[in-house]
Amino acid sequence: MSLKDQKTLRLVLTEAPGAKRYHALQKLLEHGYTVTCTTETNFQAESNHSNVLVVTGVTSSENLLEQAETTRSQIEAVKHGEWKPWFPVIDYDRCTNCMQCLSFCLFGVYGVDQNHKIEVQNNDSCKTNCPACSRVCPEAAIMFPKYKTGPINGDAVTAADLDREKMKIDISALLGGDVYSMLRTRSERAQSRFSKERDPDKALKERQRCLVKLAEAGDIPPEVLMALPSPEEIIQRAEVAKAKAAAALQNSPQQIS
Amino acid sequence: MSNPQIIYCHCAYAQVVPKEVKEAVLRKLCDANIPFEAVADLCELSARRDAGLQRIVTTTGPIKIAACYPRAVKWLFAAAQARLPADSTEILNMRVQTAEEIFERLLNPEVKPNLPASEQPGAKPNLSSHV
Ligand code: SF4
Ligand code: SF4
Repeated sequence: MSLKDQKTLRLVLTEAPGAKRYHALQKLLEHGYTVTCTTETNFQAESNHSNVLVVTGVTSSENLLEQAETTRSQIEAVKHGEWKPWFPVIDYDRCTNCMQCLSFCLFGVYGVDQNHKIEVQNNDSCKTNCPACSRVCPEAAIMFPKYKTGPINGDAVTAADLDREKMKIDISALLGGDVYSMLRTRSERAQSRFSKERDPDKALKERQRCLVKLAEAGDIPPEVLMALPSPEEIIQRAEVAKAKAAAALQNSPQQIS
Repeated sequence: MSNPQIIYCHCAYAQVVPKEVKEAVLRKLCDANIPFEAVADLCELSARRDAGLQRIVTTTGPIKIAACYPRAVKWLFAAAQARLPADSTEILNMRVQTAEEIFERLLNPEVKPNLPASEQPGAKPNLSSHV
């Protein structure tokens, strides 16, 4: 089920005094809940909202969390925390609809809307902690709000950011081509050694070492590179993404160069 | 003028907002005994296209949000088809501001709008049909 189709539970707290309210909120927020704190004594939830739990007064934060969890499971609402919300956010003030990000991403995060405009469609397909697509965007229009530094974290983009070499990564170098030829060469070299040594662990280590090196160079978490599909599949996926981007560009009346 | 709606983001799944800042802001909000909306993670609500974000932007009156960078918050809301009003939204950035500063601004009925403008110097024209 897609993220937007999953049910969520919202809590409404009324008549909760300061200190109790703070401890209750801490607990609920750490467990992913959205909580409306109201001073209205007769709070009426919006009609047709079975996913709102109104709580008057707080006895203890543990009791309240338990009550929330019971209601959540009764109404079959989602359990938060199983997915870390890490995904690209597009700054449309900067985006030129060039489709570089769509061509680049192998995990189907990007798509186009009915006006052939780039959009993030599958947020939860994004690889946690990987900001690689923000590096390929020529306009620094892709943010990851939970990233450590600017402008990727949403801080203002400066002229220096656009010039900085670290913002630019050659897509082809990451899209299978060079990465995989590099891996192949290394693993062929390694294989001849390993065939004599008969140590498959060493082969894996060699591959990991190479991937880690790439990760260091490009700021891509090693586990993301390890999760990449086979070279053949990469090429196939890249073709699909490229075709999607080309079709969108062809049909887009708004592309700005 | 109506009192601003106050939204507090707890950034529950990352360590990018200093713990002491977010806890101090939350504590002060609770002690002040005022209405506010506390969300565990604004990013998650955006990804889910959560109706709560629509509810915030369609409620009349100014909006004050304690979260992170204004540019990120602006486009997180936009991604959920919820456009924050540029003339009456103030974002407080818990990644860089102090809890005292933030709390003072949250409680102040005056609003200092600070969403990044749509036409930035050097930026390409806005493809604004998106929001
Ligand atoms: S890569 Fe191109 S289409 Fe993607 S966000 Fe950047 S400017 Fe927009
Ligand atoms: S909006 Fe900012 S503060 Fe809130 S969860 Fe996202 S990154 Fe954290």
